Amino acid sequence: MPTVERTFEQCQDLITDLSFERVHRWKDQHPGARVIGYFPVYAPVEIIHAAGMLPVGLNGGGDRLDIQHADARFGSFICSIVKTTLEMGMRDHLKAFDGILFSSICDSARNLCFVMKRNFPDLYVDFLHLPHNPSSPACVDFLTCEYGRLIRELERIGGKPITEVALQHAISLYNHNRQLIRNLYAFRAQKSHLLRAWESYVLVRAGNFMPVEEHNLLLEESLEQLSQRSGKPRDSIRVAVEGAFCEQPPLDLIKLVEDAGCYLVDDDFVIGQSWFVEDVGVTGDPVHALAESYVNGAVYSSVRHDFRAPRWDGLADKVKRSRADAVLFLIAKFCEPAYFDYVLFKKKLEELSVPHLLLEFEEKQFTFDRVRTEVETFVESLVFD
Amino acid sequence: MGEAKHTEYRGSIHQRQKELMLKWYERLNEAAETGTPPTASLMISGNCVELLEAFGAVPIYPEVNALQLAIRHQSLEPILAAEELGYAPDNCAYVKADIGCYIKGITPTGGKLPKPDLVLCNFVGCNTYVKWFEHTAVLTGSKLYVLDVPFLREDEPSPADIDYVVRQLKELVTLLEGITGRKFDYDRFVEAVRCSAQVEDLWSQIKHLARRSPSPFDAYFDAITLMGPLYVYRGTPEGVEFFRAALEEMQARVAAGQGVYEQEKFRLVIEGPPPYPYFRTFRDMFAKWKACTVASTYSTVGGLWEFGARHDPAHPFESVALHMLAQNVTNRNYLQRYEQIRRYLEEWNADGLIIHFVKSCRLFSAGQGDMRDYVTKKLGIPTLYIESDLEDPRYFAEAQTRNRIDAFFEALEHSKLTAGAV
Repeated sequence: MPTVERTFEQCQDLITDLSFERVHRWKDQHPGARVIGYFPVYAPVEIIHAAGMLPVGLNGGGDRLDIQHADARFGSFICSIVKTTLEMGMRDHLKAFDGILFSSICDSARNLCFVMKRNFPDLYVDFLHLPHNPSSPACVDFLTCEYGRLIRELERIGGKPITEVALQHAISLYNHNRQLIRNLYAFRAQKSHLLRAWESYVLVRAGNFMPVEEHNLLLEESLEQLSQRSGKPRDSIRVAVEGAFCEQPPLDLIKLVEDAGCYLVDDDFVIGQSWFVEDVGVTGDPVHALAESYVNGAVYSSVRHDFRAPRWDGLADKVKRSRADAVLFLIAKFCEPAYFDYVLFKKKLEELSVPHLLLEFEEKQFTFDRVRTEVETFVESLVFD
Repeated sequence: MGEAKHTEYRGSIHQRQKELMLKWYERLNEAAETGTPPTASLMISGNCVELLEAFGAVPIYPEVNALQLAIRHQSLEPILAAEELGYAPDNCAYVKADIGCYIKGITPTGGKLPKPDLVLCNFVGCNTYVKWFEHTAVLTGSKLYVLDVPFLREDEPSPADIDYVVRQLKELVTLLEGITGRKFDYDRFVEAVRCSAQVEDLWSQIKHLARRSPSPFDAYFDAITLMGPLYVYRGTPEGVEFFRAALEEMQARVAAGQGVYEQEKFRLVIEGPPPYPYFRTFRDMFAKWKACTVASTYSTVGGLWEFGARHDPAHPFESVALHMLAQNVTNRNYLQRYEQIRRYLEEWNADGLIIHFVKSCRLFSAGQGDMRDYVTKKLGIPTLYIESDLEDPRYFAEAQTRNRIDAFFEALEHSKLTAGAV
């Protein structure tokens, strides 16, 4: 099997491994070092890295975890990722973790943070308030202080100071990582027949479970191998995906949409890993630079509010940049931020005459017959329009 | 068991409350017709209404409008109108009712509601609010300002949290000067803060009267009646006058030994908003058992004052910031709510906890199963968990809710009898 295909398979195994074997291995290789998980969508991983710790992006239990306990704690009308994250804790999947970070993305995730805090008193569980008023001149100062608070907490847990040099080094590594991911997405948008969305997705998400240095190497090697890849264009329409920024759709659903006649030319899967549109500054105060980038240089997202730049304009730019023919809204069941944004996104797309389709999913969904029919019908309606 | 004859007491404050709320709607109608007074949409929880007072501006509370519609059984039509626009069945129904009303021109009293001069999202804990007010601004074309209030993730707000909110409040002053064409009246602001502190003190005294047995009022259903003036008039002399009269009325009831029922049989704490579309039906389910609520978390949405916090006219900006950050249930973290409930159960001497899960409000409801686990297992207090909605009538299963409530009280009655026999 060619190497890049083997890489994709390995990444697929990695992201579905609920035993976090790779994370345990890292811990064994780094005695005394800590692992800090973070709930979607974004976390300042540079700070965790600079503390000598491994940041691990948690994206729920996927389709391989039966919920036995968490339903009783969270009840009806609450999204699956909240429940599977708690379930992972209750079923001892999170033994490798020393801490978990949450942030101000939605009310359910916020409450989960404090439920986790009560149920796992030995774990460092913290909540970052990522601000919602970037138009205020006070915003960057506030976030700088908030990151300062996180730094003090990690220094307490790690027992050693986080230096400015370590922070600047981490920023450089993650700047490179985000640039490689941007390159991967650009490659996919330009040569959609040579890179499937599921392949790019597993490759990017695999970075959640390994040190950034290793992920950078993996991305560099994969990009190099992809440049040698050949293949014939398929008879597919170009589609941009919106709405799957937190709970992730089942891999089989992504594959199904592609097989039903779509090139997924852009998406917001695990978007926290490519959160900034440009590099974070590496000179001066690194904490301030991280805050500045969050406030003034981040991607649009349904969980980041910037009233200077409406998110629906961000979606319109995404459609234009990726030359998408249509937009597929992939929204996790009970995801209120995505449901709300759908209304204004839809309005914008209709003004621009961009066709769109809404599909709801749950991470643990395993039957897709209805979805296949919907996507095929949608594709046909565009192809024969 | 026979039905209770009286499901509530009707005092002069209930009538006065109606008059005050109608007067508020008349002022909004006047603003819609003449352009004055200036108005701003505002969130109830942890708001900065004192700042609006300094400009003679009147608050518009979309939540109050939405609940008024629900309680009058008029919420379904606007909810369906919003769903036709693309809002999901699982979006907050408060938002859908409000948006639907705007589209269809429905108002709770039939009068006019003005286009707000400012859509002021005082985001406190409720992420849905950020979306709601953004959508309102898009629909109305009004100016939007999101006053970002850091969530209370530690025991107390940090100096950085307070500084961030104070700086935004001062930005807001400049913005309001531009929008209203009026100069910021600092003295009036301080006076509004002073009035708020007085109202909070009176409201707190009223709530503490519910520690008496029998309680002179129901701290859920009657408290909701008092919450309208609390939000709309908190920073005004009318508010002070209203709550002074309310306290006197309650004190007279205590002196006369009058409770909500002739014989108060059960004392409850209720967590979560009520099912407004079935408000009366829901209340009667408790009245049947002569069960009086002695404390509730929902009545602290506007402010949590029974443990001592007050606005401070000596530090007006800082105390408004502190109120937004720490002195309302929605911006306090979930474990702080557990602690609030624990204190209510113990200090207000309650027999049990009712958790009302509302599907619209994940802020309140996400994780209430864990709350039940805490209260039943750690505190050993009987707890009933029921589900419906605060605005959407389609989610209230009357027979099932009644059965669960009856079963809960039957068990509670049995355990009281058994305890008495030991």
